[in-house]
Amino acid sequence: MNFVASSSGPLEWNYIAANFGYLASVVMFMLAIMRMGRVKTARSGNFLAAAAMLLAVVSSFVEMGKINPAFIIAGLVIGGAVGAIMAKRVQMTQMPEMVALLNGFGGLASTLVGLATFYALSGGGNLSMMMIRDGGWFGAINLVLTLIVGSVTFTGSIIAFLKLSEKMSGRPILLPMRHVLNALLLIIPLAMGVAAVWFVSNPILVGLILIGIVLITFVLGVTIVIPIGGGDMPVVISLLNSYSGIAAALAGFTIGEAVLVVSGSLVGASGMILTQIMCKAMNRSLANVMFGGFGAEPAAGGGGGGEYVGVKSADAETAAMIMQDAQNIVIVPGYGMAVAQAQHAVREMAKILEDKGATIRYAVHPVAGRMPGHMNVLLAEANVPYEQLFEMDQINDDFRNVDVVLVIGANDTVNPSAKTDKTSPLFGMPVMNVEEAKTVFTMKRSLGGGFAQVKNTLFECPNNYMVYGDARKTLEEIIKALKEG
Amino acid sequence: MDTGAILMLLYVFVLACFAGYQLISKVPPTLHTPLMSGANAISGITILGAMLAARIGPGAPFNASTILGMLAVALASINVVGGFMVTDRMMGMFKSKN
Repeated sequence: MNFVASSSGPLEWNYIAANFGYLASVVMFMLAIMRMGRVKTARSGNFLAAAAMLLAVVSSFVEMGKINPAFIIAGLVIGGAVGAIMAKRVQMTQMPEMVALLNGFGGLASTLVGLATFYALSGGGNLSMMMIRDGGWFGAINLVLTLIVGSVTFTGSIIAFLKLSEKMSGRPILLPMRHVLNALLLIIPLAMGVAAVWFVSNPILVGLILIGIVLITFVLGVTIVIPIGGGDMPVVISLLNSYSGIAAALAGFTIGEAVLVVSGSLVGASGMILTQIMCKAMNRSLANVMFGGFGAEPAAGGGGGGEYVGVKSADAETAAMIMQDAQNIVIVPGYGMAVAQAQHAVREMAKILEDKGATIRYAVHPVAGRMPGHMNVLLAEANVPYEQLFEMDQINDDFRNVDVVLVIGANDTVNPSAKTDKTSPLFGMPVMNVEEAKTVFTMKRSLGGGFAQVKNTLFECPNNYMVYGDARKTLEEIIKALKEG
Repeated sequence: MDTGAILMLLYVFVLACFAGYQLISKVPPTLHTPLMSGANAISGITILGAMLAARIGPGAPFNASTILGMLAVALASINVVGGFMVTDRMMGMFKSKN
């Protein structure tokens, strides 16, 4: 419902019709999100959400009535085409950066809506005029907040995109005095916002202040995300997802449109839930992830230091031979599988082993990879049925009954010292009990540290064998050996 | 927008947050990525605000707002179209054994 329009003049038929359209689309969005939460109904849920969006756009045209829509249509056509091409071209392994990029565009769109609303409503006048006409201080404050949240979402997502696509190092970059800097970069725009809403009446000056707010919070988005390392990206990407929803809801407050408020809040809530799940899976607080600079340097002492002692290794043929006789096999994928694009080779190997009578299961840690559910998407791409994918909690007590565990490019999520070593930075993080299996093969390029830069005591376990090399090449050698054997 | 309308929007906001939390809290990990990209597409609803700004008509002359609005429409469209399409691609891959 557009509360701005409702307060001016008699109700028109197109206003009423449009609002029934908005109401229907809100209901559809709710149902869609519900359906997207179950595997069987997920796809239809997504379709329903797209239909709801279309209905909302059509309703908006109806509400606006007789206008010149040239610029709207130009935007729709250009944006729609770019979006469609991006969606068609992107590879499944690139999904984390794609999500980050789209998220950033959403944030920037909200920022621009905020700025455009100012210029539209002020119409050459000023913000205080707009306040009187349309939303009072409430609309004006929300306009400022839309600018702030939208801008942080934009540049934060762009940095996340650069890190995820490895156009920029995934290592944390720690600026001196970064907490003070971040606080200033938030307080200054807020103060400028207060000035724009209550104390400045010159329209040109207000416009400049608003642009200044946008530019400063662009910097804030960068400084917030650069200290966060690649392994913590599942949290960041969920949080930015939530922000993009909140920005849309705030834009809804600014223009007095309830559809934006409802849909934006739904996204805000879903992003927050994912953020919580990811933090819980690492046993770390959101504050620690955001401000802790985790993974910046090798951990001192405890689990961090020390050379590896007594590490055994095996070649692909040996691994193939042992797996050939195994009944109960669990595959534990991690970010390394995505980097090596090894998901198809994994599936091919699993198929051969299944034909030989083995049971194959996949154990997926909640923060494996670079975004929530990253491994699941890659394995689905390789046609692994989702029934074979198990959550950590479902499978963790069963590792002792497993013949062979194959760890593919996972590291911190299978480090037993997280359970035992109180000095380890990983201590307390729930990990997979892979060392309880009879035999473990760990595919890895070297003994180098994982994201947390912590020594992995799994590698020293007597039942663990390192299989060095690129995961995909190693898997192809195993497949060859299995076929010959 | 009078005080009543503002309060009504706040009610809507609180209820929608609550509903969202309830609707999404039990999503299986397999669906985390597509849910996120689908939600991402939904956040493109900001396109409605962009369209209002980009229109030319009574009370909305061509000015800076029109251009900013058009850019916002384009960005939000990328978000919406790209988001829903890529989500559909992912969800289409999830297959059962049967």
